[in-house]
Formats: sequence, structure tokens, C-alpha cells
Amino acid sequence: MAAKVFTIDGQEISATEGQSVLEAAHEAGIRIPTLCHLEGVMDVGACRLCLVEIAGSNKLVPACTTQVADGMVVATTSERLQRYRRLLLELLFAERNHVCAVCVSNGHCELQSLAMHLGMDHVSFPYTFPKLEVDLTHRLFGMDHNRCVLCGRCVRVCWYVEGAATKNFSGRGASSRIISDLNQPWGESRTCTACGKCVHACPTGALFEKGTTVGEMQKDRGKLEYIVTAREKKQWIV
Amino acid sequence: MSNVAVSPPASKSRAPLAHPSGDKRFKMLEVFIKRQQQRHDALIEVLHKAQELFGFLDTDLLLFVAHGLRLPPSRVYGVATFYHFFKLKPQGAHTCVVCMGTACYVKGAQQVVEALEQAAHIRAGETTPDGRFSLMTARCIGACGIAPAVVYDAAVAARQTPASAVERVKGWLDHGPR
Amino acid sequence: MVLAELIAIKERELAARKPVVITCCLAAGCLSSAGQAVKEALDQAVKTASLDAEVEVRGVGCMRLCCEGPLVFIDPPGTLYQQVKPEDAASLVGTVRGGTTHVARGEPNHPFFARQMSIVLENSGFMDPERIEAYIARDGYLAVRNVLREMTPAEVVSEITRSGLRGRGGAGYPTGLKWSTVAKTSSAKKYVICNADEGDPGAFMDRSVLESDPHRVLEGMIIAAYAVGADQGYIYVRAEYPLAISRLQTAIRQAKQLGLLGSGVFESPFNFNLDIRIGAGAFVCGEETALMASVEGRRGQPRPRPPFPAESGLFGQPTLINNVETFACVPPILRRGAEWFAAIGTERSKGTKVFALAGKVKHTGLIEVPMGMTLREIVQDMGGGVPDGGQIKAVQTGGPSGGCIPAAHLDTPVDYESLGRLGSIMGSGGMIVMDQQDNMVDVARFFMEFCKDESCGKCVPCRAGTVQMHALLCRLLARQATARDLAKLEELCDLVRNTSLCGLGITAPNPVLSTLRFFRQEYLDLLAPEPWKPATPPAPLPGLG
Repeated sequence: MAAKVFTIDGQEISATEGQSVLEAAHEAGIRIPTLCHLEGVMDVGACRLCLVEIAGSNKLVPACTTQVADGMVVATTSERLQRYRRLLLELLFAERNHVCAVCVSNGHCELQSLAMHLGMDHVSFPYTFPKLEVDLTHRLFGMDHNRCVLCGRCVRVCWYVEGAATKNFSGRGASSRIISDLNQPWGESRTCTACGKCVHACPTGALFEKGTTVGEMQKDRGKLEYIVTAREKKQWIV
Repeated sequence: MSNVAVSPPASKSRAPLAHPSGDKRFKMLEVFIKRQQQRHDALIEVLHKAQELFGFLDTDLLLFVAHGLRLPPSRVYGVATFYHFFKLKPQGAHTCVVCMGTACYVKGAQQVVEALEQAAHIRAGETTPDGRFSLMTARCIGACGIAPAVVYDAAVAARQTPASAVERVKGWLDHGPR
Repeated sequence: MVLAELIAIKERELAARKPVVITCCLAAGCLSSAGQAVKEALDQAVKTASLDAEVEVRGVGCMRLCCEGPLVFIDPPGTLYQQVKPEDAASLVGTVRGGTTHVARGEPNHPFFARQMSIVLENSGFMDPERIEAYIARDGYLAVRNVLREMTPAEVVSEITRSGLRGRGGAGYPTGLKWSTVAKTSSAKKYVICNADEGDPGAFMDRSVLESDPHRVLEGMIIAAYAVGADQGYIYVRAEYPLAISRLQTAIRQAKQLGLLGSGVFESPFNFNLDIRIGAGAFVCGEETALMASVEGRRGQPRPRPPFPAESGLFGQPTLINNVETFACVPPILRRGAEWFAAIGTERSKGTKVFALAGKVKHTGLIEVPMGMTLREIVQDMGGGVPDGGQIKAVQTGGPSGGCIPAAHLDTPVDYESLGRLGSIMGSGGMIVMDQQDNMVDVARFFMEFCKDESCGKCVPCRAGTVQMHALLCRLLARQATARDLAKLEELCDLVRNTSLCGLGITAPNPVLSTLRFFRQEYLDLLAPEPWKPATPPAPLPGLG
């Protein structure tokens, strides 16, 4: 594979052909904020937090779905990008009912840490306060739609890693929801294998293990990565 | 979630196409699905056919489609709810679709909707409790030259006013104000 | 099918023409005002008057002046009758024998007709759209035959490139360039898709073309498939257009019967199959990647580009997507030559454009004019201005992705670049005239509500940003918004336009931005006085406009 040399935030780094800007940046120790990206499953470019500037183009591109090219000059932290990221986070906080103080993921939440990292200290949009449900019908897990950011990570792990295809999006626009099977209570799903991958993929406290209380739900991403890598590289030889 | 009727999870034995109800329409749908050679990309065509046969898509029917095309139920539900043409609840015996395209809007379609809402005591998108009448709005039916346009059952009517629209649906609403 | 057979069909058809032809519009607009009953009454009247041998009553596609329908045209002498009722049939047929009628006559010399230039609509209103012979009689499918027999695919692409044709779906991407990108890919399987998901509210051009002249679109697609090396095509039509769907089905069946579709088109080695895919009510499916997802039977959500459909499209294969009007331009270009087409229009926008003229204008209907004609000529001269002496305030083009062009800019020529400079777009061709009674903030709210409801929900700025922008516009209209809210609205417009994933989100702020640019005072007039009060839920909207 041919090596590509490109510049990111003034730093010259090399990457392999076909690598995304996001991967190459992370390898070089440059952190680009992400939310819908999950190591091990395909990227969809939905959250728009990883948008970066490419010299010579006024169009912002998502780092996760943009491949590196020779001589590319990427900027990831301009004032404009940071402002957009803060606004996007504000939109997410205003969209559903995120109350960190009573959330199982308080302190371990990607949305929360993004807000802190990017300095989003208040929400300037009116909260929409949608009336949403909490599904506690599953024997092991719960789903609180109030905390869902519709990143789709649970759907992708359920389809592409576990292969159960229990989770999906229903509806569209602001009325999109994550569903199980035919919008059944999760506990009644006949496709769910109760593997828990969706719970560990979820960036917030929307999906959680039953029995956890405020701040106790820590997601184990390492396990997901381990499974994906092991499968792709066929590391299991009994 | 809790507001959605769910079929009893006992119908595993039904997996090969065939419906215990003996409803002939399931047979017709099955033939249609087979003609699509169970291609996954035929899902939207199959849902169109199912809605044409049954009028709306209930959970049982969606499950039948999922089994028929060998697709995960969540995929079928996700598609059926993404497209607004698909109805998951029964429609009224008569329907009235007010076009809310730009041309109709600037020529007063909003007032037509409001008048119909008042006359039928329902909001746009709803069906009267007796199941006789559904009021809907459409994005644009492409009849902008004769705006505002309203579709009564399947017939397009040109240049509607609040009064003419209410007059037209009067026969479908014989209960008077509640 | 070989050339001789094609010519034989044409000659048979021309020979069968009766001395007098009464054409009766059976497109959607006229059908909604009893056009079908008029046609049946005319048939009956001809029988009653025993004029069968002399007079043919022909149901045809759109005759343009939708507001005066149902329309009937008697040739000779070439008289257009308007607002015809079934009971008028006898007197109309009577005119053939020198009788008189009280039915209102149209003015064929009125600018509405006289200024039109028909390429895409050349058959529309003259031929029966449900008969392939009628299309062949008007030189239909001749271009396909010549292309297959006498041109290489590369020559076809080059002809389209030289014609200067640009995509008629909105963005105006050069068609030749698109074709050559797909043609250059080496994949064994390629697809051609016709985007007939005309979702813009206020647009009905594609519907008219499909209802009036479906074979023309088929012919354009066959040529495109040959040029790029595809053997399978799809026409993606909205479910809201049942008549267009049924006429397309008829057309495809007829073309297959004559060997113009399927294996060995025109007895050449070239194969092309064509299927219809029916949409199900999602505006976002007009976006290429969402449309392909929908054809694949999935949720119509766009995906990031690259890869572009030309490289990796439907089922991962190279795919050419053009809209109805673009394909409809192809047969005449190949029949009459690229130079002929390139001589029409402006420097960078070639050919003609079909517009659906509607709203507060006297003559509503379908027009086809050369690119570069000014908006004033279109809405004032052809459209006849606002009825009842009103004043034009703005012209909306491009639907929810476009903008409102104020009366002061009516002398702008209609081409891709000029409209773009005014913050609008050509769009697919909807043109809505607004008068002094239309509140521009309410118009912006109307379009934002549309975008909010049609957002697929995948990317955050479009899904959540349109909700907030809509709420801000509602607050403005309820006179509860402050200068701070207005600033917030502008900030959101900037965010959504620059960070959204697909065209729907990127252009969603356009109606707000263009009305802010030209009608800012209307926004300022709605501001609530300071001090700023905490947000109240947006009140129900008053019935403005």
C-alpha cells in the first residue's frame, strides 16, 4: 500500500492509502471530536462533529469518511469549526432530555465529555422537551430514549457485528427513534440475542445495564474492538 | 413503544409463507412476493402491494412481509415508517387530501384545512372516531395550475375554498358537532 | 424492429390522420376539471353528427394553460377553446360544419403561447401519450436507431457534451461530464436511473412530461444507457403521480413489444431493461444517494459523497442519474445535432427550460422558454401578472432549496448563474408568484416546516437545526422574538448550510437567507420590543398570506 504524506494542523504525517483522515490523525495523536464514529464498524458521517477544513476547498468534510490524499492540508481546530461543534452539541442537548445529574452514565458519557472538551457551557436554544419513553422490558438492559442522540452506533453493531439486526431507526427527522424489531418492547424481541453490544456501543446513558445507578454505567469499548479485530483477522483458532 | 399493539409471539410455526387467518389477500401478497424472487430491494414494492390490498400495514402484516422477503423485522418497520405514504393505522372510509404545496399555500390551502378541521372536529392527519373520514395534507400533488387543489377520495378538485371543501365532505360527516 | 418498420409505422399513422383533429387535454390539471367527461362527450357528439370519417377526437397530454382547463383544440381551423364543459361538445363539433359556439376561445397569439419554445414539450398536447405509434409518427425512436447503428458510445457522449446540456434537476451539473464519468468506469454492470421524484412543492414539469410524452423519457434513457454502457435502468416515480405511473407502464410495455427495450434493441447487440420503482413520499429521495437507497428498498437516507454515484452507486455499481427533463432533452439533441441545441439559450445555460408557473399570476400552467429570458417576461408578459390588479412582490424559484427573488430584480435573466447570484437556484422549475398580501417571513416558515418534516434525521444539523429554525420563525410570526432570536436564526442558517450532510440540509436555510436578504424589514417589523423575555412555546400560527 502506498504511503500518503499530508499535513494536519501544521504537522506533517504519513498515512496508508485508503485510511481516513480521522484514523490517520488519531494515529498521530491528534484528537478530532467524534460522536457517531465507533472503532470497528463502518462510518456514516452523521454527527458532523468531526468536520474538518481542507485547504483549497470551502466545503467542510467529515474526517471519518474522507480518505487521505497526498499533499492534503487539513485543519481541525479553527475557530469556525469549534463554534460549529459547540452549536451542534447545543442542538443535541436541546433535542432530547439530557439530565446529567440523574444519568447512569454521568461522568462516563461521550456527549458530556465532548461538551466539556469543547467548552459548551450553556444551551442557547429552547429545549424541546419531547415526551419519550423508557423501555425496561428487557431482562438485562434498558433503553432511555430521553438520552438518545440518534448516532446509530447501536444499530450498526447490532447489524454488522452481532448480525442480529434487532435495532433500527424508525420514522424520520426529529421523530426518528431507535426501535427493536417491529417497534416492540425490547423484552419481547425475538431477534435480540441479549449480547449487550449495543449497550457498550452507546455513547450516552440511553442504553444501559439494568441495576446500574447514577454514574455507574461505564461502557466497555475495548471488548467491542477486541471482537471486531479478532473476527476480521480470524484470531480464533481452536 | 407501549402504545403499539404487538402480535402474540406464538406464530413461529408460520415462518414459511401462509397465513393462519385464511385471508385470501395474504395469498395474493405471497404470490406477489414470490414474483419478486424475494429480492430484498423489492421491499418498498411489496409494502405498496400490501397497503393496496389491506389499506394499511399493521404489525402482523409487516411481520408477514419480513418473513416473506427474509428480512429482519426491524428493517421492514424502519422502511415502512420512513416513507409517509405508508399508513400503519387504518384510514377512514373516505379521505380528503388537501394539497399544501407552495402554490396552493399562497392561494389559501391553510384556510381550507382549518375549515375542514373545524367541520370534522379532527386535526389534519387524523380520522374521525366513526372511521368514516380521514383528513390529510399532501406535500404537493403537482396540480399547481389549479391551486388550491384538494383530492376527495381519488378525484382531484380545482380551486377549492373553505366553503366548497366543507360542502363537498358534508355527506361524509353526518354527526354534527359533538 | 428495423428502420423500415419504424418508417412504415410512421407512414401508417400519418395516413390514418383524419381531416379534422379535435385534441382534448387529459393531463392531471384538466382531468381534475372533468377533462375525461369532455372527451367522452366529444366522442359521442362526433358519432351523433356522423362525422366519424372526418373527425378524430384525441386525448392528449398537457396543453399548458392549466388555469383555463379543460382545454380543447380544433384543427383546422386551429382554435383553442377554454373551460369546456361536457354539454358544450355538440356545439364544438358543430363548428366543424360551420356552426357556432359560445365556448370561450383562447388566444393562441397571446405571449403565454407565442413566447414559448418547445423542445421538451414538442409533442405535448399534440399526441396521444398512450400510443407508441403516435410518438413514432413524430419521429420518435429515430434517434435511438441512428445512435445504435451509426454512432459509438463515445460519440454520443461527445455530442451531449458539445450540446452544453446541464442537469435540469436543480444543480445544473454538465450532463456530458456526468455521462463520460460513468462511461469511463470499467465495471461490467452499470445502471441508469431517471429521477422522477419531483418533490418540490409547486413544481409539476416532470409530471407533465411523463403524462404527456412518456416515450421521450424512455428514448432518452435508452440512448444514455448505450452511451455509458448500462443494461438496466430504473425510473423512480413518486407515488403521488398515479397517472404518470400508469402511462409509463403502458409505454414500457409497448416499447418492449416493438423490440425497443429488452434484449437486442433495434436488432443490435445492445440490451436494455427498464423497470419502474415507485417512491413512497419522501422528498429527500430526490437526492441521488438517498434515491439509490430507496431503489434498493432501504430507508431513503443520503450518505456522504465521495464515492459519487458515477463511481459507486446503485448496488455499488457505477450509476448515471438524471432527471426527467434532462433525459427528455436527449432525443432532440441527437436528432437535430448538438450545434442546434447549443445555439439556444445563453453562454453557459443552453437550451430551453420548462417552468411550472403558479401562484398569484393570471395564467398558470406549463411553459417552456429559452434560457436567458427575464423573469419579467415570464411572469408579466406570459403570466399576465397578478390577477385583479395586484402587484408582484416576489417570485419564488427552486422550491424549498431556492429563494424569493424580489420584484426589483425581475429583469434578471433566467439561467443557472444569474439565479444563483440572487441566492436562489434554478431548481427543477417551479415558479411561484407572490403578491403584496404574502408575508415573506411566513413563506420562509412554510418552507422551513417542509424541510423539518422532510429531513431524514441522519445528520444533526438538519434534523435538529431545522426544528430550531422553524421554532424561531414561529416565534417571530407570533411577535415574541427579539433581535437576539433573529441573530440566532442567522447563526443557525450558517451552521446548517455549512455542516449538513446532503443537499436538503445544505439548502434548507436558503428560503430564510433570501428573504432576509431582500425583505429584512419584514423580519424587523415582527420583532418584539426588548427587554427580552424567556422563551414561551411558539403560539399557533395565525393564518397569514
